[in-house]
Amino acid sequence: MTDQAVEPEVGRARLRKEDARLITGQTNWTDNISVTGLLHLAFLRSPMAHARIERVDVSPALERPGVVAAFTGRDLAEGLGSLPCGWPVTEDMVLPDHPPLALDEVRHAGDPVAVVVARDRYAAADALEAIEVDYEPLPPVLDLEEALAEGAPLVHADKGTNRAYVWPLRTGEDYESVRQRADVVIRRRYRQQRLIPNAMEPRAVAVAPLAASGEYTMYSTTQIPHILRIMLSVVTGVPEHKLRVIAPDVGGGFGSKLQVYGEEAVALAIARKLGRPVKWTESRSEGYLATHHGRGMIQDIELAATREGRLLGLKVDLLADMGAYLMLVTPGIPILGAFMYPAIYKMDAYEFNCTGVFTTRTPTDAYRGAGRPEATYAIERAMDELAAEVGLDPVEVRRRNWIRHEEFPYTTIAGLTYDSGDYEAATGKALALFGYDDLRAEQRERDERGDAVRLGIGVSTYTEMCGLAPSRVLRDLRYSAGGWEAASIRMLPTGKVEVVTGTSPHGQGHVTSWSQIASEVLGVPFEDIEVLHGDTQAAPQGMDTYGSRSLVVGGSAVHRAAEKVVEKARRVAAHLLEASEDDLEFKGGVFSVKGSPEARRTIQEVAFETFTSHDVPEGMEPTLNSEYLLDPENFSYPHGTHLCAVEVDTETGQTRIRSYVCVDDVGRVVNPMIVEGQVHGGLAQGIAQALYEEAVYDAEGNLVSGTMADYLVPSAADLPEFVTDRTETPAASNPLGVKGVGEAGTIASTPAVVNAVVDALRPLGVHDVRMPCTPERVWEAVRSARPGQKETPA
Amino acid sequence: MTHISVTVDGTAYEDEVEPRLLLVHYLRDRLGLTGTPIGCDTSNCGTCTVELDGASVKSCTVLAVQADGCEVTTVQGLARDGEWTPLQRAFHERHALQCGYCTPGMIMAARDLLRENPHPGSDEVRKALEGNLCRCTGYQNIVRAVLAAAEEASASERHSAQEVTA
Repeated sequence: MTDQAVEPEVGRARLRKEDARLITGQTNWTDNISVTGLLHLAFLRSPMAHARIERVDVSPALERPGVVAAFTGRDLAEGLGSLPCGWPVTEDMVLPDHPPLALDEVRHAGDPVAVVVARDRYAAADALEAIEVDYEPLPPVLDLEEALAEGAPLVHADKGTNRAYVWPLRTGEDYESVRQRADVVIRRRYRQQRLIPNAMEPRAVAVAPLAASGEYTMYSTTQIPHILRIMLSVVTGVPEHKLRVIAPDVGGGFGSKLQVYGEEAVALAIARKLGRPVKWTESRSEGYLATHHGRGMIQDIELAATREGRLLGLKVDLLADMGAYLMLVTPGIPILGAFMYPAIYKMDAYEFNCTGVFTTRTPTDAYRGAGRPEATYAIERAMDELAAEVGLDPVEVRRRNWIRHEEFPYTTIAGLTYDSGDYEAATGKALALFGYDDLRAEQRERDERGDAVRLGIGVSTYTEMCGLAPSRVLRDLRYSAGGWEAASIRMLPTGKVEVVTGTSPHGQGHVTSWSQIASEVLGVPFEDIEVLHGDTQAAPQGMDTYGSRSLVVGGSAVHRAAEKVVEKARRVAAHLLEASEDDLEFKGGVFSVKGSPEARRTIQEVAFETFTSHDVPEGMEPTLNSEYLLDPENFSYPHGTHLCAVEVDTETGQTRIRSYVCVDDVGRVVNPMIVEGQVHGGLAQGIAQALYEEAVYDAEGNLVSGTMADYLVPSAADLPEFVTDRTETPAASNPLGVKGVGEAGTIASTPAVVNAVVDALRPLGVHDVRMPCTPERVWEAVRSARPGQKETPA
Repeated sequence: MTHISVTVDGTAYEDEVEPRLLLVHYLRDRLGLTGTPIGCDTSNCGTCTVELDGASVKSCTVLAVQADGCEVTTVQGLARDGEWTPLQRAFHERHALQCGYCTPGMIMAARDLLRENPHPGSDEVRKALEGNLCRCTGYQNIVRAVLAAAEEASASERHSAQEVTA
C-alpha cells in the first residue's frame, strides 16, 4: 500500500471509473427506465407565441387506442402550484404565475396546454392530434426595447408591465464625474444571441408511485436532484420525505438541467392521480421549445479611459430577455455577470444596471457560464475597441489595466476579493505558445499585399467567479438557498470506502476525481473507493452541480470529510497500538508509532477493528464514518489567456479558425486529463456561440431554428485542434487549492474568436460583427464597411 | 402488424411490429437494448448509430421492418467475453467521452470509418464523424482516440504480418 502512495493521487491523470458502462452501452439513462405497467406521457404544446386559450377539449383523445387518460391544465390545477423561481433578485421583482400546464393563456411557442397518458409513446403522440384547442391570438412580445415602451402589448397583462426588475450596482467613484475627466470614451452595443443548450441527452422524467403509502420515486435527467425534490414537494404537495429523486446517468446538462420543469411536476401529479408509473421523454425539437434557453441580452457598455489606455470607469446597461416566465434562477443569471464586467481590470468607477424583460419566447436560464460569458464578452470586446482607439496592441492595453500578481488578494471595483492569480504568467505562456509576434508579422505582410483572405488575431483575458457560493453572499443577493456542499465517507468493514457526495455529475467525472481526493487523504487505494451520488436516498444532502462549484465546494467537502475519518482512525489506532495519538505518524494509509515502525495498522485494518468494536477507546462512538458540510468562505477565480487566429475570406465571408491557444489557471489540478477535457468542451461551446449558433425567432414569435437540422451545433469538422496549457496558482480559499474548470473555456473563447474576426477586418473599417459571425454577416460587414469608419452601427 | 426476423448482437429475434416502428425504438423498447440512445428527431446527431449488415446507419431513420432478415450490431455487441474492442479501449484511454451519451454512436461511426479507411488523418476523422454530435468533448479527444485505435490496428497487422513471414 505504501507503494501506491508514491505517486500522489491528486494531480494524476487517472482514467475514468465512469467509462466502462458508457462505452459498452450498459447505461442507465432516464429514458431507459422501464417498470411494469409503465404509461407514457405526451404534451400538446402551443403553436403560437401568445394566445388566450378559449377552449381545450381532451375528450376526443380518450377515444384513441391505447389512451388511458388526458388532462388539461384545469384538470390538474388542484394540487399543482406555480413552478418556482428561487432567485427574486429585487424586493419588487414582478413574479408571474407559471402553471406547469397553461390555464388561460399561452405565452411562448411550446407552452404546454394538455397532456395525454397512453400505453406506449406512439399512441400518446398520436392522440395529441385529437385534442381540440381554440386559441384567440394575442400580440407577440419579441423586441426587448419595444417591450418596455409605453403601451406595448404585455406578456402578463395582470402585471401591467413587461419589466421584471431593475437591478442596479454602483461602486467606487461617481461614474459620470470619472467620465468627465476621461480622454477617451468607448461606447458599444453588443448582442448576446439566444442559445439552445443542446445537452446530447434530451430531457426525460419517470415517476413510480407506491400508492398505498403515498411514496414516489422520480427518475429525472436533472443536474439538481436535491433541489428538485424540495421544489417539487412545494409545487405538488407531495411531502418531501415521501419523494425520492434519482438522477441516474445524465447525458450532459450545461445548465439546461438546472431547472424545475413543468413536465416533472405534471408527471408526479399524474402518477399520484392515477396511481400508476409514468414516463415522458422529449423529442429534440420539442426540447428546443420546452427546455430553457441561454443568453439573450442587449449590452450597452461604456469605457472611460485615458489616452494611454488606462481604464477609469465602466458603465454597463443590460436588457436581459427573461422569456415568458421566471424559472428557477432566470432573473439571477445576468446578475451573476454583474460582478464580472470589471474582469481582471482596475478602475475607479463602475455602474451597472440590468433590466429583466418578459418576452413571448421560451424562458431563459442558466447556460454554461451563466451571466459570466456575456460579461466577459462585452468587456473583452470593448477592451479591443479601446486598444484600437488609443493605438495600442490589444495585449498591451490589457497589461496596462490588469491586477498585477503581487497585488493579490485584490478587492475589485465590483466588491469581489480575488484571492490569487497571475495574469502575467498565463499571458506570457499563451503568447509564446501561440507565436504571437510571428502571427502579427504575417498579418502585416498579408495586409500590405492585399490578401483577400485576411488573418485576424484575437485575445481574451478572462476571470470568472466559481465555486458557488458563500451562503452569506447568496443571502445578500436574495438567492433562496445556501451554497454549501455535503460529503460523507463510510469506512466499510472489509476496508472498502464509500464516498457520498451531494454533487450530481452528468459527465464531469466526479466518481473518478472524488476517488482521487479521498484516496489521497485516506491512503486507501483508488480502486477501493466507490462514489455514490444523484439519489436523494443514497446521498440525502446536497446542493448539486452547476456554476463550476462541484470540485471547489463538493470536492473540498470530500477532502474535509476524509480528514475527519483520519482523525477518528488515529484515535482508534493509538488505542490499538498502545501509543499516544501524538506519537503516531500517518502516511500512505498506515498509522505507525514514531521510532518503532513495526508497530503499525493500516486505516483499513482500523476500519475493521472499529466495525467489530471489540476494542475501541472508552467512550468513543464506534465508527470512523464522517460527514462534512462545507460552506465556502469565498468564490474561486480561475483565469487565463486565450488566443485565436482566424482566416477570414472577405470574398465569401467564411471564417476558419487557424489556431487556438489557451492557458488556463484553474488552481491545483486533481486530474489533468479531466481538466483538459473540460476545457476542450468549453471551448467548443464558446466558439459555437461566436460562429455558429443562434435561436432564431420570426416576427410572429415562432422558433425558426426549431430542429437540430436548423440550429448549427458544431461537429468535429467545424472545430479546430486546440492547444491547451496551464499555469497553476492555487486558490487560497479552499483546502484543495482548486478553482473550478467547467465553464472557463466557454467564458473565454467567445470574445477571443470574435475579437479575431474583427481584428482581421478592422483595417477595412469593420468594428463589429454580430454573433454568430456567419459568412453572410461577415460578408455584409465587409461590404458595408468604410475604411476609417470609427464605429459599426449596431 | 408485420412479422420480422432480425439478428441483433448475435441473437435471433422474431417479432410482430407496426410498420412505422423505428429500428431504434424496436431495439430500445422491444428488445430492451438501451445501450443505443436517441438524441434527436432529424437524424443530425448520430447517437443512435448502429450497424445494419455491416454498414453504419442511424437507427432513427430506419424502420424495424427494413431490418427484416438483417444483422444488427449495437455498441452492446462489440465486446467479446468482456474484452473491449480497440476503439472502446481508445475512447477510455484518450478520455474521448464525458457524459457518454454520444459515445455508442461515435464508436459505431468510427468503426465504419476505419473499415473504409484504416489509416485516416485527423481531418479525415473529423469529416467522417461529421454526422455525430458531441456536446462535451469538443471532439479533440475523440479524434485522438480514433487515430490511436487506427494506429493500434495497423501495429497489430504489422505484428501478425511479421509473424507470418517469420
